[in-house]
Amino acid sequence: MTDESRPPRENLWLLTAAPFIWLAHLLLSYITGAVWCAKIAGRGGSLGAARAAIAVYTLLALAGLALVGWRAMRRRRPVEPGPAREYDAPGDRDRFLGRTTLLLTGLSALAVVYAALVALFIRSCR
Amino acid sequence: MSEPSPEQVGAEQAARLLKAWETPTGWRYWSAVNNSAVGVWYTASSFFFFLFAGVLALMMRTQLAVPDNDLLSADLYNQAFTVHGSVMMFLFAIPIFEAIAVLLLPQMLGARDLPFPRLSAFGFWCFMLGGIFLCGSIFFDAAPRGGWFMYPPLTSKYQPGIGADMWLLGFSFIEVAAIAAAVELIVGTLKCRPPGMRINLVPLYAWYTLVAAAMVLFAFPPLIAGSMLLEVERAFGWPFFDPAGGGDPLLWQHLFWLFGHPEVYIIFLPSVALVAMMVPTFARRPVVGYDWIVLSAIGTGFLSFGLWVHHMYTTGLPGVSLGLFSAASTAVAIPTGVQLFCFLATILMGRVTRSTPMLFMFGSLAIFVLGGLTGVMVAMAPFDFQAHDSFFVVAHFHYTLFGGAVFPIIAGFYYYYPLVGNKMLSERLGRLAFWLMFIGFNVAFLPMHLTGLRGMPRRVFTYPAAAGLGGLNLVSTIGAFILAAGVAVIVWDLVRPRSREPLAPRNPWDAGTLEWVQEMPGKPWGIRSIPQIDSRYPLWDQPDFLRNIDEGRFYLPDAEEGLRETLVTSVVDARPLFCQRLPGPSFVTPLAALTTGGFFILGTFKLWSLALASLVAALLVFVFWLWTGTARVPEKQEKDVGCGLTLPLYASGSSSIGWWGVFITMLADFTAYVCLVFGYFFFWTVHADFPPAPVQGPGVLWPGLAALLLVGAWSATWLARRWNRRDRGRACHLGLLGGAGLAALGGAALVAGPLATGLDPTSHAYPAIVWLLVIWTAAHVGIGAIMHLYCSARRLAGHMTPRHDADLGNVVLYWHFTVLTALLTVAVIAGFPLLA
Repeated sequence: MTDESRPPRENLWLLTAAPFIWLAHLLLSYITGAVWCAKIAGRGGSLGAARAAIAVYTLLALAGLALVGWRAMRRRRPVEPGPAREYDAPGDRDRFLGRTTLLLTGLSALAVVYAALVALFIRSCR
Repeated sequence: MSEPSPEQVGAEQAARLLKAWETPTGWRYWSAVNNSAVGVWYTASSFFFFLFAGVLALMMRTQLAVPDNDLLSADLYNQAFTVHGSVMMFLFAIPIFEAIAVLLLPQMLGARDLPFPRLSAFGFWCFMLGGIFLCGSIFFDAAPRGGWFMYPPLTSKYQPGIGADMWLLGFSFIEVAAIAAAVELIVGTLKCRPPGMRINLVPLYAWYTLVAAAMVLFAFPPLIAGSMLLEVERAFGWPFFDPAGGGDPLLWQHLFWLFGHPEVYIIFLPSVALVAMMVPTFARRPVVGYDWIVLSAIGTGFLSFGLWVHHMYTTGLPGVSLGLFSAASTAVAIPTGVQLFCFLATILMGRVTRSTPMLFMFGSLAIFVLGGLTGVMVAMAPFDFQAHDSFFVVAHFHYTLFGGAVFPIIAGFYYYYPLVGNKMLSERLGRLAFWLMFIGFNVAFLPMHLTGLRGMPRRVFTYPAAAGLGGLNLVSTIGAFILAAGVAVIVWDLVRPRSREPLAPRNPWDAGTLEWVQEMPGKPWGIRSIPQIDSRYPLWDQPDFLRNIDEGRFYLPDAEEGLRETLVTSVVDARPLFCQRLPGPSFVTPLAALTTGGFFILGTFKLWSLALASLVAALLVFVFWLWTGTARVPEKQEKDVGCGLTLPLYASGSSSIGWWGVFITMLADFTAYVCLVFGYFFFWTVHADFPPAPVQGPGVLWPGLAALLLVGAWSATWLARRWNRRDRGRACHLGLLGGAGLAALGGAALVAGPLATGLDPTSHAYPAIVWLLVIWTAAHVGIGAIMHLYCSARRLAGHMTPRHDADLGNVVLYWHFTVLTALLTVAVIAGFPLLA
C-alpha cells in the first residue's frame, strides 16, 4: 500500500491551485488597471503600460496553469482492468483528483483568456 | 456461567449508547446540542423567518397592485423592502443552508455528530436572538430602511434612527453565527467521514457544503469589516464613507459586494447539493459525471469571488474594470451550467420514478435556467446600464433565487422529511403546492421583466397611472398571492396532525446514500455503528450493509464510558486517526449567545458601557465553556473502537480538530483584517496626497517598537510550547507569562503611535483608518495575552500536561496569525507613508 502513505494534503491543495491562479490573475489585472487609471493616466488617459502588464500576467498565469495541468495529467493513470472502478482503491482516488484538477485547469484557463481579451480590446481609462 | 449471547451483548451496548446520546427532556430540552435537535430548531426557525419575510412581500405587492395606492406609507414601504430582502438573505437563505447541513451532514457521513456540537448550538442561539431582534423592529417602526445593501451616504447621513444601527450590529452578530457554522461544516466534512470514505467517495452534498462553507469564510468577513466601518462612522463620526472627510462611499459598495455576490452562490450551491442527492435516487442510478459536478462546485465557488464589480457597473469605474468583471460574470455561467447538464444526463440515463421532490426539481431547473439567462444578459455592462435598478433586476434575481434555492429546498423538505418527522409528507398536497407555486411564481415574476424594461424602478412605493404600468403590476400581485397559497399548502402539510398515519418505512425512497440508514423512528445516536465505506452508494452496493450497522459490527458500537464519541479520520483517504469525545447538553451555549448578543443589541441603543459589560460577561462565559468543555485529559490513552482497531483518545496540534477549528476561524478573521488594509489602500487611490499633507503620524518609532515586542510575545508562546513538551514546567510558565507581558506592552506601544502623534480619527479618513487598524490589531493582541494566562492556569490546574497540550498548540497557531497581523499593520501604517 505505497499509495496510502503518499502525503495526502498536497493532493487537495493541487485541486485549488488552478482557480487560485485565475483569481490572482483577475485581481492583479484589476488592481493594475485601477491604480494606473487613478494614479497615473487619469480619467480618459491611455491604458498603455497597464495593458502590457496584463499581457505579462496572462502569460504567467497560462504557464502556471499548464504546469498544474501537466501534474494533474501525470496523476491520471490509466484505468486498471476489472470491475473495481469507482471503488475503494487508491488509484481511483488519484484518478478522481487528477481528472478534477485537470477540468479545473481548463475552466481557469478559459476564464483567464476571457479576462485577457478585455485588455486586448480596451485601450483607455474611460 | 454461560457467555452472554451476541444479541444480549448487542442490546446492552445499544442501551449504553442510547443513554450517552439521550436528548434531555422537560425544560432542559433547550440545553441540547446534538445535531438532530439543533438542526431541527435551526431549520424550523429559518423557515419561519422565510414566512415572515414572505408576508412583507405580499404587503408590498398589495401596495403596488394599483397605481397611486396609499395602503403603505412610503416610509413603511421602505422598511418592508429592506426587512424583506435582509431577512430573506440573512435569516432564511444562509441559515437554512447551515441548518440543513447541521441536520443532515453527520447522517450522510455516518458520524455521530459534527465535531463541535456546542458551536452549532451557539450559532443557532445567536441567529435566533439576532433574528427576533431584527424582525421585531418593524413592529416598532424602528426597522432599517436603507435597502438590503445599505448604501451610504443614505444610511450614514440621512437616516438618524436606530434602524441602520440595528442592521449593522444585528447582522454582524448573525454573521458570527454563520462563520461558526462554516467552521463546523468544514471540519466535519474533512475530518469526520467514516473510515474508507475516500475523497472520491464523498457524497456530493458534502462537496457542495465544503465549498459553500469555505466561501462563507472569505465572503462574510468583508461585510463584517464594512459594517464595522459604517457603524463607527454612524456612532463616532469617523468619516470612512464621507467625501467631506476624505472618505468614499464606493468603499462600502466594494466591501458589500465582495460579500454580496459570493453570497448568492453560497445560497445556490447547497440547494443544488440537495438536488444532487435526490436525482440519483429517483433516476435509480449513480449520478453521471461526479468529477464534473465537483468541478462545477469548486469552479463556481472560486469564480463567484470575481464578480462583485458587476453590481457596480453604473458607478463610473474605468471600462477596463467593468470588462474584467463582465468576463468573469460570463465565465461563471460555464460551471453553473455543467452541473445542470450532469443532472439531466443522470435523469435521461436512468429510469425516473414520479414523486413530489422530482416535480419541484424540474420546476427549479426551469426557473433557474431562465434566471441564469437573464443573468448573462445583465452581466453585459451596456445592457446593465439600461436595466440597472429597474424591476428587470428584481425579476432576474427572484428567478435565480427561487429556482436555485427555494424550489430545491422545498424538494428537500419532501425528500428528507421522513428523517426528521418519521412520517411522509403528502404526495397529493405536494403536487397541489407545486402547481400553485410554479404557476404563481411565473405569473408574479415573468411580467416584472417587462415592467422593468418599460422603466419602473425598484424600491418606489407607488407609481402614477399615466406610466401605464398598472396592468403588469396587477398581474404580478395576483401571481404573488397564488404563490403564497402554494406556500400555505406546504406549511399545512408540515404542521398538520399526523398521529394516525403509519411510520414511514426505513429508506422510503430506496436511496443509496448513508443518511437513509436511519431507523424509523430515528434514534438520537445517529447511527448504531460507524460503517466502513467502499462505495458512493453503500446502501445499493455494499452487501449486508444495514444488518452489519444495526448489529453493531462496525466502529464504535458501544459507549462503555457513557460518553459521546465519534471517529476522526484523515482528510483524503479517511483513515481512522483517533476517537473524539464530544460534549453533551449544556446551557452555556445559549448563555454565551445571550451575552455576546447583549453587546450588539445594547450597542444599537448606544448604551456603550452596558454593551462593554456584556462583552466582558461573554468573555467570562467563553472561558468557562472552554475550561469545562474542551481539551479534557482522557482517563486512558487509547481505546478499542471495534473492528479490531485501537485508537488514541487525545490529539493536539494539527492532528486535533480544535486546531483545524482555530485555523479556519483565523482565516476568516484574517480576511476581515485584509479588508481593512484594502480600505487603507483604497483611500490612497482616491487621494492625490496620501497621507494628507499636514498630518504627521503615526511615525515609525512606536509602531517599530510594537513590532519588536510582539515578535517577542510570539516567540515566547512558541518557546512555552516547546518547554511544556519537554516537561520544563517553570520555563513554560515563564514563557506564557512573559508572552502575556510582552503582548500587553506591544499592544500599548501600538496604540501609543497614533496617540502620541495626535491623529484625530474624526478629522479625516486617513487617521480614522490608521486608528482602526491599530485598534483591530491591539484587540487581537489583548485576546492573545488572555490566552497566555489561560494556558498557564490550565497547566497549574493539571488540565494541560507535556503530553496533552492541545490548548497551547491552538494558542501558538493563534499567535502565528496575530504576529502576521501586527507586522502587516506596522508595515502599512509606519512603512507605507515613507514610500508614498
